[in-house]
Amino acid sequence: MKSFWKLTLAECKVYFRFPIAAFFTLGLLPMVLLILGAAFTNEPQPQFGGRGFLDWAVPGFIAMVIAISALMSLPMAVTTYRERGILRRYRATPVSPAAVLGAQLVTQFAMTTLGMLLLILIGRVVFNLRFEGNIANVVAAFTLGCLSFFSIGMILAGVFPNTRTGTIFGNVLLQPMIYLSGVTIPKEAMSEGMQQAIRFNPLTHVATLLQGMWRGDAWSQHQTEVVVLGIILVAAGIVAVKVFRWE
Amino acid sequence: MTIVIQATHLRKTYPKTVAVDDISLEVREGEIFGMVGPNGAGKTTTIECLEGLRRPDGGEIRVLDLDPIRQERELRYVIGTQLQKSQLPDQLTVGEVLDLFASFYPDPAPWPELLARLGLAEKKNAWFAKLSGGQQQRVFIALALINRPKLVFLDELTTGLDPQARRSIWDLVREVRAGGCTVFLTTHFMEEAETLCDRVAIIDHGKIVALDTPAALVSRLGAEARILFKTKHPLDPQALRTLDGATRVERDGDNVIVYGRAPQPGEPALIGAVVNWLAAQGAAYSDIRMEQPDLEDVFLQLTGRAMRD
Repeated sequence: MKSFWKLTLAECKVYFRFPIAAFFTLGLLPMVLLILGAAFTNEPQPQFGGRGFLDWAVPGFIAMVIAISALMSLPMAVTTYRERGILRRYRATPVSPAAVLGAQLVTQFAMTTLGMLLLILIGRVVFNLRFEGNIANVVAAFTLGCLSFFSIGMILAGVFPNTRTGTIFGNVLLQPMIYLSGVTIPKEAMSEGMQQAIRFNPLTHVATLLQGMWRGDAWSQHQTEVVVLGIILVAAGIVAVKVFRWE
Repeated sequence: MTIVIQATHLRKTYPKTVAVDDISLEVREGEIFGMVGPNGAGKTTTIECLEGLRRPDGGEIRVLDLDPIRQERELRYVIGTQLQKSQLPDQLTVGEVLDLFASFYPDPAPWPELLARLGLAEKKNAWFAKLSGGQQQRVFIALALINRPKLVFLDELTTGLDPQARRSIWDLVREVRAGGCTVFLTTHFMEEAETLCDRVAIIDHGKIVALDTPAALVSRLGAEARILFKTKHPLDPQALRTLDGATRVERDGDNVIVYGRAPQPGEPALIGAVVNWLAAQGAAYSDIRMEQPDLEDVFLQLTGRAMRD
């Protein structure tokens, strides 16, 4: 256990000392939120059901932080470690593989949580963000989203042959995934066909669940999201274990 | 004498090549054992099988009385490992890395002392990425020693280092052994194997082609040592031939070459006799030097190829 916490602490240090990764998870979205918040304000509007733009946008932005951490930061960190033989060096010690990977996951989870808190803090302090949900439900939805997406991220960590592939994946697939999940454009503003299509995007389910919990929906209204994310968690978790490589 | 590593009929095949082809060897407690050969000869595959990082296709291995595959975790606690190709997170400091790795073992060496011993005390707060190649290798040696191992594996320890850094690493390896630790190392520098190792296995195409002390390997070669010097003195070359150990003498203008048997360990070197003889004749000479056969010559003779081509 001591090794695990030391590894986690070391990973957190590496995270903050490598500003590019920290910027994408922790810096970029708060900046975008500030700009959009200044442009659209958080005045109540009919298309957001009498709520403001930010009341709708912030939970979606939280889903975005999850996607960036899980599908970009996590696989890139693991791939870099494998590419540079750092995983091999750990393998040559008695430390358990679970501790090495667990430290990565806990670090990414902590940073994603920090990203979420920053968005909420900015929303609250600068724009009078409204919250009508239940904190425990939001935490549960956030955790479920993280776990199922981190499982996908660990598959990517296993199959990325090198960090270059990871960068290409980030640009070619992650960005459209984010734009087409109902976090930048409201689902309601999309055509019927488009609304059907984005249901195949796993991030849509994270966003929908978080937006729902944020405005105080009951779990019974979000059975689809919970089931989909639960299936992803289990299935991707099994695949991730199968495809993982130390070198 | 205790045997710390015993490998018999070790074999490892990759889809396209036989990396290790029936290697058997024994390493004794307290020695520096070297495995030397050109790149691609199978050194790293062999060392990784011994470390339990790779599963051999055939053969038996016992390392410190453990099976490296079935008892991998137990083995990790008692051996130290320096890998040929590995790195550490760039953004961690030397002290943080040592502290982290120390936490993996129940009774680690006090790492600040270890750093001081390795000449890294001032680098404690420096990021790993900011260190020179020689300093990074020292960190890896520190990591290999942090669990006070009985046996340490060093794979291509000095590759990529300048000659000065290489020499200071050699001193460190000797110190490690003096501390009671057995050392198994691989290198493709014949000079390194010759100066550092008690016994050397020469490996080529996955097979051991010779295994003995460097001196025995060289003397078994039966190659000649040569003493070269310049003189204007009209000395009679044939008189030099009568010196003990000399076999023939050549003279070409001012240049004289005395050929002789390579001295056995403990035997006086021919060069001393030549110098004394020249002094007794009152002959002025210059540029005197001795060329001895070395492991490079042994490799050349055994494989028909130069080590570096």
